[in-house]
Amino acid sequence: MSDHNYVPSSKIGKWFNDRLPLLTLADHLKEYPTPKNLNYWWTFGGILTFCLITQIITGIVLGMHYIAHADYAFDSVEHIMRDVNYGWLIRYVHANGASMFFLAVYIHIFRSLYYGSYKSPREVIWIIGMIIYLLMMMTAFMGYVLPWGQMSFWGATVITNLFSAVPFFGEGITNWLWGGYSVDNPTLTRFFSLHYLLPFLILGLVILHIWALHVPGNNNPIGIDLKKPSKDTVPFHPYIVIKDLFALLLFLIVFAFFVFYSPNVLGHSDNYIEANPLVTPAHIVPEWYLLPFYAILRSVPDKLLGVVAMFASIFILIILPWLDTSKIRSAIFRPIYKQLYWILVLDVLILGYMGAMPAEGTYLLIARVATAYYFIHFLVILPLLGKREKTLDVPLSITEPVLGGSPNPQMVKKKEQLS
Amino acid sequence: MKNVIKLFFSIFLCSIFLTNAHSAGEKIDLLKTDWSFKGYLGKFDRGSLQRGYQVYTEVCASCHSMKYLSYRNLSEKGGPEFTEEQAKAIASNFEVTDGPNSDGEMFTRPAKLSDKFVMPYANVEEAKISNGGAYPPDMSVLVKARSGGADYIYSVLLGYEDPPEGMILDDGVYYNKYMYGNKIKMPKQLYEDLVTYNDGTPATPEQMAKDVVTFMAWSAEPHLEARHKIGFRALIYLIILTILVYFSMKKIWSRVESEV
Repeated sequence: MSDHNYVPSSKIGKWFNDRLPLLTLADHLKEYPTPKNLNYWWTFGGILTFCLITQIITGIVLGMHYIAHADYAFDSVEHIMRDVNYGWLIRYVHANGASMFFLAVYIHIFRSLYYGSYKSPREVIWIIGMIIYLLMMMTAFMGYVLPWGQMSFWGATVITNLFSAVPFFGEGITNWLWGGYSVDNPTLTRFFSLHYLLPFLILGLVILHIWALHVPGNNNPIGIDLKKPSKDTVPFHPYIVIKDLFALLLFLIVFAFFVFYSPNVLGHSDNYIEANPLVTPAHIVPEWYLLPFYAILRSVPDKLLGVVAMFASIFILIILPWLDTSKIRSAIFRPIYKQLYWILVLDVLILGYMGAMPAEGTYLLIARVATAYYFIHFLVILPLLGKREKTLDVPLSITEPVLGGSPNPQMVKKKEQLS
Repeated sequence: MKNVIKLFFSIFLCSIFLTNAHSAGEKIDLLKTDWSFKGYLGKFDRGSLQRGYQVYTEVCASCHSMKYLSYRNLSEKGGPEFTEEQAKAIASNFEVTDGPNSDGEMFTRPAKLSDKFVMPYANVEEAKISNGGAYPPDMSVLVKARSGGADYIYSVLLGYEDPPEGMILDDGVYYNKYMYGNKIKMPKQLYEDLVTYNDGTPATPEQMAKDVVTFMAWSAEPHLEARHKIGFRALIYLIILTILVYFSMKKIWSRVESEV
């Protein structure tokens, strides 16, 4: 952390800061030394903060007009779309905002995987991040139920029914979740309540996530430890602020395109049909950002084991800092890991695609292979690779990186020395 | 700059991927027509909306409700834009039940602008029994509730054909090339000159289908014109701001780095 000897220039500022050091905090945020070689993949943290705030603000306004009741929910959403001033805009920003939020969070997570940001000393940042991700999925799932369309209702039925696979207590748990014997009004009202609550928990965790980040400081593309502040760092303001702003604006262009020109393309048309417990849709599909997990769930023939596999696929990520045994952070210096990384990306995309397809024939076979590979990557390949892989030489500083040719021996640390 | 392009391209690819993954499924080629409301500045064709309302009220409304529309919507901006007098006159053609009055009695009166469209049936059960067990869906958001949207409904309206050899259809079931499962309980509705358009447009089945689907597209998305207009401005604003911020960023970073 930067030095905390900040003294406000004004008298009143000093008086206040002695009692509550908010100005010291502001100064810390401004001066926070950031690696100067951060690329654009590092801008998604700021973008995600923007997404969260947007979802909370639009959500609060929607909550003023929405009615959480099985008989009125669908009508109240139409009321928002038709009669509330700019209600259509607020709702489309909120609905597409969820998708953009997940798009950004997946880029953020995969950036961390590529550059080894989850490794020591940043394990706690990573774990908090994974808890945020879990809460995001719960929040998004419950939010999708609120319009009370056909996919809302049947999605909720399928997902809550997963818990019935738990031995002995399964039925009790599902009935407890539903507040009855099927997805119905009590389910809707509690989902609304939790959907309103969880984002604020996420906000709290985001603050912890950033706090934990500010202890060791940012990782960087070459994944080396830096002296801070030094020639390798720049103050957060204005350098990183303006860069994050530029990236955010690019992101907003994509966001605006979805909101204004294809606001429904990421949703399912069946969700504009009011929920009907007597009619099951032909294909029940979750939102796109849950599809890889849905594919894992369906690729295991046994229901209980499928549920276990799905949860395991997420929890495995939490212990990732200890599964990856390599001391080198960045994939730039790990030639084999780099290739396996892209195979993993492809694997997850395939899983996502299979999640949208019916679980039968070739689709199911591919989904099974992809599921198996997902677990093999984390449980077998990463622990072994870290010990075997011959890594490239890592430069000592950002300002004097190894640029082609023969590296200056004094500027290079060998892997053996690092470990 | 290379990095920026790479990043933007990746987001674009991701978007394309997730758009496709979601809409993947079996596809038949739907009939296409030139909808005026598609595109970045697409607007509804007023004449088509007004004719579409005529088709709805003379043909569809005897079975299909449009419960989220009010008569006032007919004169609102971005819709069929009937004059307020016309909309009032339209509303007064319908009877609604109101009350209770001070005697505790329900009574009927002509509809006002603030009333919702009068529904053809009192409840779902009545709608079903009157239509051979099939419920004629409410049409207010139907365009958004069917994959394929306006094209799909347009195709179904015009997709009635003789069933293929060997296909036996029950009484009251009709073959439709585009309907999901090819079986539909709604008989073919649109015949040449079924309605007489006030503006003299020839009432071919294609024209009536186009008009009524345009009307339904507006009903599903009554603020579409505002959305397109605001969206166009928002995108231009964002692009200009992005360019300005880009050069500010270059300027600021030039103190420490040549490349951002």
